[in-house]
Amino acid sequence: MTTDTFETPNLMLALPEIWMLGMACLVLVVDLFSSDRDHTPAYWLSQVALLGGIVITVQTQWGVDATTFTGNYIADSAAAVLKVAVLLLTFLAFAYSRDYLRDRGMLQGEFYLLTLFAALGMMVTISAHSLLVLYLGVELMSLSLYALVAMRRDSPAASEAAMKYFVLGALASGMLLYGMSMLYGATGSLEISAIADAAADDAGLLLVFGLIFTVVGVAFKFGAVPFHMWVPDVYQGAPTAVTLFIATASKVAAVGLFIRLIGEALGPLQGDWQHMVLLLAVASLLVGNTVALVQTNFKRMLAYSTFNHIGFIFLGFLAGTPEGYGAAMFYAVTYAFTVAAAFGVVMLLSRQGFEAENLDDFKGLNERSPLFALVMLILMVSLTGIPGTVGFYAKWLVLKSTVEAGFIWLAVLAVIGAVIGAFYYLRIVRLCYFDKPEGDGPQPVGSGGFKGLLAANGLAVLLLGLFPGTLVAICMAAFG
Amino acid sequence: MLESSWPLLSVLIWLPIIGGALIFLLGDDKADRARLFALIVSGVTFVLSLGLIVGFEPGTAAMQFVEKTPWVEVLGVNYYLGVDGISMPLVVLSTFSTLLVVIAAGSKIQYRPSLYLACFLIMEGIMVGVFSALDAILFYVFWEAILVPMFLLIGIWGGAERIYATIKFFLYTFVGSVLMLVALIYLQFQAGSFDILEMYGLGLPLGTQIWLFVAFLLAFAIKVPMWPVHTWLPDAHVQAPTGGSVILAAIMLKIGGYGFVRFALPIVPEASMELDWLMIALSLVAVVYIGLVAMMQQDMKKLIAYSSIAHMGFVTLGFFIVFEIVVRTGGADGALLALEGAMVQMVSHGFISAAMFLCVGVLYDRMHTRMIGDYGGVAHRMPVFAGLFVLFAMANAGLPGTSGFVGEFMVILAAFQANFWYAFLAGLTLILGAAYTLWMVKRVAYGEVVNDKVDKLEDVDGREKLVLGVLAVAVLWLGIWPAPLIDIMEPSLAHLLEVVTDGL
Repeated sequence: MTTDTFETPNLMLALPEIWMLGMACLVLVVDLFSSDRDHTPAYWLSQVALLGGIVITVQTQWGVDATTFTGNYIADSAAAVLKVAVLLLTFLAFAYSRDYLRDRGMLQGEFYLLTLFAALGMMVTISAHSLLVLYLGVELMSLSLYALVAMRRDSPAASEAAMKYFVLGALASGMLLYGMSMLYGATGSLEISAIADAAADDAGLLLVFGLIFTVVGVAFKFGAVPFHMWVPDVYQGAPTAVTLFIATASKVAAVGLFIRLIGEALGPLQGDWQHMVLLLAVASLLVGNTVALVQTNFKRMLAYSTFNHIGFIFLGFLAGTPEGYGAAMFYAVTYAFTVAAAFGVVMLLSRQGFEAENLDDFKGLNERSPLFALVMLILMVSLTGIPGTVGFYAKWLVLKSTVEAGFIWLAVLAVIGAVIGAFYYLRIVRLCYFDKPEGDGPQPVGSGGFKGLLAANGLAVLLLGLFPGTLVAICMAAFG
Repeated sequence: MLESSWPLLSVLIWLPIIGGALIFLLGDDKADRARLFALIVSGVTFVLSLGLIVGFEPGTAAMQFVEKTPWVEVLGVNYYLGVDGISMPLVVLSTFSTLLVVIAAGSKIQYRPSLYLACFLIMEGIMVGVFSALDAILFYVFWEAILVPMFLLIGIWGGAERIYATIKFFLYTFVGSVLMLVALIYLQFQAGSFDILEMYGLGLPLGTQIWLFVAFLLAFAIKVPMWPVHTWLPDAHVQAPTGGSVILAAIMLKIGGYGFVRFALPIVPEASMELDWLMIALSLVAVVYIGLVAMMQQDMKKLIAYSSIAHMGFVTLGFFIVFEIVVRTGGADGALLALEGAMVQMVSHGFISAAMFLCVGVLYDRMHTRMIGDYGGVAHRMPVFAGLFVLFAMANAGLPGTSGFVGEFMVILAAFQANFWYAFLAGLTLILGAAYTLWMVKRVAYGEVVNDKVDKLEDVDGREKLVLGVLAVAVLWLGIWPAPLIDIMEPSLAHLLEVVTDGL
């Protein structure tokens, strides 16, 4: 798009990102001059930034549908929902990980900074309306995440995870960029709506070729099977605080990435990408589950079980309808909050010099802490998809859009996957409730605020399961 | 449709659930207070559920005590409750059984009593919800949610093999129900609503109906359970604590049977007719083969579990012979008799199996063994108990004058109108049932006192007497005078029959 006259972009529409950038810089400066060993000012300032970001996002972007920066940037309801989820998840990540990081001497200002920048990258990705802005957001997010994974630099596992993440992530970015260059070549535009128009007119071979690379790149970022090999190592190797962030917020951002790049820009090519998404969904549903059955490490188990959930999210995309995208978004958001609490419990049970990440560490949790055993029960039941918890509605919405799109066999496959998933989630419940601890077992440690927030998070999973109406309505309204 | 002036069904659902949550919060420090509280909650719930009987308007097939408010508005899911003559007795049976279980639990459960009682109360609310939900998704929510408290009950308070048993129980029933979810979503897509009653008479093509029927069959057959998907039941029953076994046998199995009449028959009638041979065959296998299996059991609980499967075979038999009766006789009377027989059998089995498991519980609490071989001559030391035990055994064997006779007799009578051989094979149960039950009673209760442990047995205490006595009254009442129950059910079943045979 050529503009002869310079228009002042409507900065108000991008206010959430501007606010987060400004606040991140402020955190940087404040942390530099603060002598507090626990980085308390950075912590509170970050939390204020995130909560403020939520308010600003809702105020400026919910119910709006407008582009700015000459069409490179979009503010709409879908963006608002996804951003609020990302900000809230970041808030939880900070709150849950404070004690954990302090015990391990990892409570540094950089943790807050990198996470804030990663969150900013996610927000940019979600609101991107041109390929360049999209790529900018993805890279800001990814580079910050690589550094976060490598934060525990003395640990061989963490270094290995960071290396794997970086190399494979760079490869994925390359794929994405290559695909984008072909999209540009075929359509002559970087702007998403222009690409969509061009694709609707004439879907040439070059465009489809570009599409393939784009889908592969997005699948990499999601961690969908067969582009998943980095996920288990990163989940296990990274400090739990970082795993929490990667496992939750980045999935929500990836939904934004998919919707912008494939759903909107390449929407007219749905007939072409539907098959690819179908294969990714089926592979994710089958592989993740079966491998998760044999894991003994909780973080690794959650990593493999993630694939199953990614499969469900892709089923939502598959329909290519507003309901389908709404279902995928609902799934990703609720899944993220459930998993965030699960990692929160892991950090709660971890003491100095001890990671409560083996399944056996959960043995007899009900004896030690009935409250957090109950929280764990609710979380696992929700991940299984049993009604009464929000996980059921997530699965149901996705299945509904799948059935309505005519893929009944796929819905059957998905529910069979859910049954397999039930086995390993129930195993956690079994460990918490039926088994006796070996020795004393890890005790829940942590400040009152942390415990309260974690319990509230678990309770929210239950309450949203009983009264899902509002959240479902929000996710559906986000796509008109 | 008859709206209620105040939401009785909601109270019956949420009072126990909230009560259960409060008991969990009370904690184990004041266990006696938790027990008393549980007793009050379940007692009040039961008394309130009697309001359903009092306020029930007989002679109509319409839904009563209806409540309907939007729940997830965007998706068209309603909080839609109501009972008819089919579900109302089952709701009361649920509240009745839970009260008995709470009384019987007394102070026997020492490990985390508050969680134990909370599980039962929460389960009570969920069971009432299953029987009164008229929205398919609401039904599914309750149907699945019930797995969680039962999973915990068996897993925490069960026997030595409890973990294997409870995971098997959960996965088996979960497999069945997820496919039903897909079927329900498809039906909503067709009917445009999750209202179960609107799913009736959609006139779907037969091929589609058969797929839907298979999905329902898997869900309900596992829950009933029908041969050959019954194998979870003996394990779950044997390992479950007494209260868990009671609820499992008295209510949970009925949910499967209820599913057949509420969903499978009226929603996919043509497929039900097309596949009725399969259902009849499986039911008869359950009656005859499982009856033989029961005879060989050494473990009392396992024996009763197998006898439950055999008795539930009558329920499914009664449901699925209706097509053949209608085709052969051209009239609906025989078919109605079959349905009524099946429903009476459900209620009766609720009483009898609960009583039998409580009896085994009484013995197990004293002897810590369920093996028949460890007993002998119990009647000499526990005369009152033995009398009740024999009564329930007779009922289980289908002795006239007890509730066990009524349902079985009605189904056999109806089966004659369908096919002589169905009736003949079903009739074998009168021999088999008598054989396995009475043989067990003989070995346990009669004969010489076999060992010191039996010699030291004390007879039932007041609490146990109360629980078993109430059940004895129920068994005899239903056996001698089943008319009130049948009167409540008849209009709804006749209406069901119309829906099912419409267009045959």
